[in-house]
Amino acid sequence: MIEFVRNVRLWFVPGEVREEGRTPDYRFSLANERTFLAWLRTALALIGGGFAVDQFLPDLRGSWRVGLALALLASGVLCSLRAVNHWVRCERAMRRGEDLPASRFPALLGLVVAVVAVAMVVVVLVDWEG
Amino acid sequence: MSTDRDPGLQPERTRLAWRRTTLSGTVVAVLAAKSALQDGAGPSSVLAAALCCALWLAFLYIAHGRITGLAAAHRPRALPPPHATAAALCTVAVAVCGAFLVL
Repeated sequence: MIEFVRNVRLWFVPGEVREEGRTPDYRFSLANERTFLAWLRTALALIGGGFAVDQFLPDLRGSWRVGLALALLASGVLCSLRAVNHWVRCERAMRRGEDLPASRFPALLGLVVAVVAVAMVVVVLVDWEG
Repeated sequence: MSTDRDPGLQPERTRLAWRRTTLSGTVVAVLAAKSALQDGAGPSSVLAAALCCALWLAFLYIAHGRITGLAAAHRPRALPPPHATAAALCTVAVAVCGAFLVL
């Protein structure tokens, strides 16, 4: 968490990452940028999912619908903030010649998506029965 | 000139990644606009949807700037951190507008 707060400075200061170490091959930086954009698309997909739950499941009970939509929107926010943070960490690690940072986030997100999907199946089936 | 072109087409792939991401943002903006056009949508939800569209324009502006930068240099520089942060914050702001629309 403290590490995260320290990294937030790097998000806004244009030159600070560049001051450290050596500039890596530009292709590595571009690959890192594409990974960042892929995570941003994941975040946008989660946010779009939040909108979709709100609009395309009108029969779902109000609290379920709002709760699920808000959970998806919140996970989108988390995903995009984490995308910048991970991008900065990778950029810095490449400049310093260190190993790229390992992360539990993809596994965590995968689990969350799986749980939400199973919950949706249950909700739809229960709704169908009743 | 063409001999020392990057055979992996990295700048082109990065340009297309920006395009894809803008397209994903477009889908979200369209969904936001749709929810504001539903029956019973108050002025606050219209405002939130308009804000989503404005944020989409801001993202388009960032993406366009980066694409121009990628095309201009033979060996493009890394993305400046404030641009990455601005792109991510646009996404966060869209989600916040979305929360207003849902509630």
